[in-house]
Parts: sequence; C-alpha cells; structure tokens
Amino acid sequence: MIHGILGIWNYWIVIILMMTGLFIVISRHNLVKKMVGLTIFQTSVFLFYISLGKVQGGTAPILTGYKNTLYSNPLPHVLILTAIVVGVATTALGLALILRIKNEYGTIEENEIASFNTEENSK
Amino acid sequence: MIDFSVFQNSLPALQVVVPLLLAPVAVLVTIPFLSWLIALFGSIFCLYSSVSLFLLVSEFGKINYYMGGWLPPYGIEYIIDDASAFMIVLISLMGVFATVYAYQSFKSEINKKSQSKVYGMWLLALGGLLGLVTTGDAFNLFVFLEISSLSSVTLVALGSKNDKRALTAAFNYLLIGAVGATFYVIGVGLLYSITGTLNIADLTLKLSELTDNNSMKAGISFIIIGLMVKAAIFPLHIWLPSAYTFAPSAVAVLLTATATKAALYVLARILFTLLFNADEFTIIILQWVLLPASIVAIFFGTIRAVFEKNIRKLLAFSSLSQIGYITIGLTLGTASGVMASFIHIANHSMMKAALFMGVGAISIQLKKNIEVIDLQGLSRQMPITSSCITVVILSLLGIPLTIGFISKIYLLKAVFSHGNWPILFIIVLTSFLALGYAWKMIENIWMKEPVTTTINLKDDPKIYIPLIFLSIFNILFGIYAYPIVNAAFSASSAIFWKAV
Repeated sequence: MIHGILGIWNYWIVIILMMTGLFIVISRHNLVKKMVGLTIFQTSVFLFYISLGKVQGGTAPILTGYKNTLYSNPLPHVLILTAIVVGVATTALGLALILRIKNEYGTIEENEIASFNTEENSK
Repeated sequence: MIDFSVFQNSLPALQVVVPLLLAPVAVLVTIPFLSWLIALFGSIFCLYSSVSLFLLVSEFGKINYYMGGWLPPYGIEYIIDDASAFMIVLISLMGVFATVYAYQSFKSEINKKSQSKVYGMWLLALGGLLGLVTTGDAFNLFVFLEISSLSSVTLVALGSKNDKRALTAAFNYLLIGAVGATFYVIGVGLLYSITGTLNIADLTLKLSELTDNNSMKAGISFIIIGLMVKAAIFPLHIWLPSAYTFAPSAVAVLLTATATKAALYVLARILFTLLFNADEFTIIILQWVLLPASIVAIFFGTIRAVFEKNIRKLLAFSSLSQIGYITIGLTLGTASGVMASFIHIANHSMMKAALFMGVGAISIQLKKNIEVIDLQGLSRQMPITSSCITVVILSLLGIPLTIGFISKIYLLKAVFSHGNWPILFIIVLTSFLALGYAWKMIENIWMKEPVTTTINLKDDPKIYIPLIFLSIFNILFGIYAYPIVNAAFSASSAIFWKAV
C-alpha cells in the first residue's frame, strides 16, 4: 500500500501543485498572485508530462551507439518545451495587462477594481 | 517558372501559414493603412484557399496533408474533410468582412501608436483559428488554441482607449482561457499516457479498443471542460459578456463570428469522432453535462439580455443563449442534431457579426459604449444601418424568410425526430422570450425621437458596406438555404465518421 503510494510520488506532487495553483487563481484577490497561481498550475502539468516520459531503467534519449539501449520517451519533453513557451507568453501578456491595470485604476486588488467597475456600470 | 500544382497541393498549410507570416510584416509596416491592406490581403487569401479547398473536398473527398512530409502518427497531419472545410470557409469569410470593417473601427477606437500593430494580432488570431479547425494533432490543437486566444486577449485589451474596463475584461479572459487551455493539455496528457499517440485519427482507433478505462474518462472530461471554457458554454462563460462589451467593435465582430464557433466545432469533433465507440460515456456527458448546461444557458442568456441596458452586453448575453441552441443540437447525439448545430453555427455567426457591426457603427461615432437609449430615433439619422440592424434582429428571432428561421426549423426538426418534447417546448418558449430584447431595440430605433446625443449620427459608407452584405446574406440564405444546409449535412456526416 505504502509502496504503491510512494512509487508514484511524482504524480502526487503533480496533483498537489495543480490544486495549489488552481486554488490560488480562484481565491487570491491580488492579480499578480493570480498569475503566480496560474504559473504553478501550468508547471504541474509540465511535471506530469515529464513523468509520463520516464521509462523504468531508460537513459536519456541520445543515441549511445550500443545496441539494446533502453531510452526514455523524448516526445513529452518536446511537447513540454512548446507548452513552456506558451506559458511564458501567457505570463508575459498577463503581467503587461496588470501594468496597464495598475496605471489606469491605481490598484491591482481585484475587489477594489470590481467595486470601481460596478460604480462605472451604475453611472 | 512557378509550379502551380505545388502551390495547390500546399493549400492546407498555406491557409494557416500565410496569415501567421504576414502578422510580423503587418507589425513592422508602421503605416496603419498599409498594415490594413496586408491584413486584408491575408484574409482574402484565406478565403480563396478555403473556398478552393472546400470545392476540392466536396468533389474528391477528404484531404490529408502531412506537415513537412512526416507521415502520421509521428508527424503532424492537417485534415480537410467536409466538416473542417465548412468551418474554414465560415471563419475566413467572416474574417474578410471583419477586416473590411476593422479599418474604421480601429481608426477611431484604439490608440494611434498601436494602430498598425493591431493588424499583426488580428492576423495571428485568424491564422490560429484556421489552424485550430484543420489540425489533426491533439497537441498542435492546443498550440493553435493558445495562439488564437492570446491574440484575442490582446485585441480585447485594446478597447481600453474608450473604456478602461476593457483591461480587466481582457485579464479575466486571459486567466480563465489559460486555465481552460491547461485543462485541455492535462486531458491530452492522460490520453497520451494510455495510447502513446497524439494524432487524433490514431487516438480514435486506440481509444476504441479501451471501453472502460478511467484514465480515458478523466482525460476526456478534462478536454471537454477545457473546450467548454473556450466555447463559453454556460457555467464557464463568465469571460464572454465583458470581453465582447469592452473590446473594439471590430474585435467583437471577429470573436463572436469565429472564436467560440471554432471551439464548438472542436467540441463536436471530440464528442462524436474521437468518442465514437464509448457510447455510454458519451451519453452521460451529453445528457447530464451539456444538456442541462445548454438549457440553463438559453434561459439565463435570454433573461439577462431582456434586462440589460448596455447594447453590446445585451448582444453578448444573447450570444450565450444562441450557443445554448447550438449545444442542444449536439446533445441529441444524432446526425440531424449535429447538422442543426452546424447550420446554427454558420447562421449565428452571420447574424451576430452583423449586429455587432451595426451597433459598432454607432459607438465608433459616439466614441463610447452605447446603451439602449442611444439607439433612439436612429432610423432618422442612419436609415441604412437601422434597416440592416432590423433585418438581422428579425433573423435572430427566427422570422420566416431569414436564416434564423432556417436554423430554428432544422433544430426543431432534429428535436422532433428525437422525440424529446420538453426541449421542443423550451426552444419555442425561449424564442418568444427573445422578443423581449429584440423589441426593445426595434422600438428605440424606429418609434422614438432622436435625443441630443444621437442628433449628429450619420450613415458612413465605409462602415455599412460589409453590414449590407451580411444583411443580404441573412435574407438570401433564408430564402435559398440549400448551400448552407447541404454543406452542414456533409459536415455532420463527416463528424459521424463511424460508418467508415
């Protein structure tokens, strides 16, 4: 039982990170913290893919020249390279938007922005 | 000597690559008019390539294009079949109309220094959406999903010149969209872990061998939730109303006509092509997730629209309910239901694009977010725009001789043959409820005297030309519905691939 849980400990870390990130995105009011949560959430997915690529006893997927070498699966790593780029673009865009919001509203607290917006709506 | 057949054979790739490559060019050209010309050229090229692909497909059947000559399941494959050809023609046609309209809209609604850069984002969004519907690779699909949604976020944020709430709307869209896209990636990862492939056709075959597998169910659920966010299906729609309200008019036109529709198409693909064997699980998703969500969406959207004062928010809520009609067609799980959904996807994007154009024509001149009272006496000031808006509103209500009527008839027919009476009743009832918000607009346009704010409004030919075309389409395809109905029929047969 214990062995079964510990044997897949990296997946537990994935789940913990995933839930932490999603919780931060939902619960925090500070926009920068929301972006941090989003990044943690995305990072957990990177870890998940990389765990998938590991083959028990396999080595790095670089041709060794020997026959019968067991390689790990390189494809998830390549996919995650793409996903990291997408993640960086998302974070950059999010932070740029936060800068503009700070300039226009003078705050990055979501509840203050929301109360400002409701005032604007009722006007 | 250029070999024309090479060009012709690479069209499936070119219709995605050309807008993506033109995007940086449009940014580097610092003259807004030239950038606009480049964007227009890009969108017209997409229209040309998608129409010729559509004709090729309807004549010779499915086209498989292998990126870089790498064969599937290892390489990335682009698939043009009847369904994706239907979508690329729709997206690029709407892209051309929106681009023609965009010049005036961007000229008045966004800051001077971003006026040429915006067309770069515009082309990225267009290319991303075209890639989204043609790609046959699950991970490539994610990349296109993000290309199109990140560029749409930027486009929405540009509405901040008139109203700073555009920034918060864009931020929410980014955050929710990114979480949705990450859900999609998790789902793809789970499916990859049990099948070892990312090619959708290969995935279909391998998934059909696993009937009762929890990883598959979890993966599919993640994917469907991610796509529901992008398609703005009811509980996950919260980004949509404010994004449509505060974006520049042309962006609202582009988003409403293409972005959610592309996501709905992918959803249909996942539900019916990928899951063709997992009948029990698919029915659970359709009956217990999508059906309640779409019924609530229809009621919620319609009722919020009736009580809404801001016109573009009203239209956004109406979009929400119309998306509900589209998903109801999907939940029937029959070929005729999917066909009704496709008809409504095409018709709704023509209707909503025209309405956002008409309303945008007013907000471009008033330089603010307009409310229902700003429509007062519009028929005296802008007779052409008002007539077009009225035609399209009638079409939205489903008056005979308009495309809205065709959509409703096919949807009702599909529900009728399925024998689900409560849904039939709900569709008819909500069609009458929609009269609430439609009448509000018509009354203000035709039966009120102009007020001081609206006294200087004028018809502008540069704005109303695409609007007139779309309104004519609204009537033309309402009378002669054969092209859309026929294309939707072949599209739904392609989605229900299981017979092959």
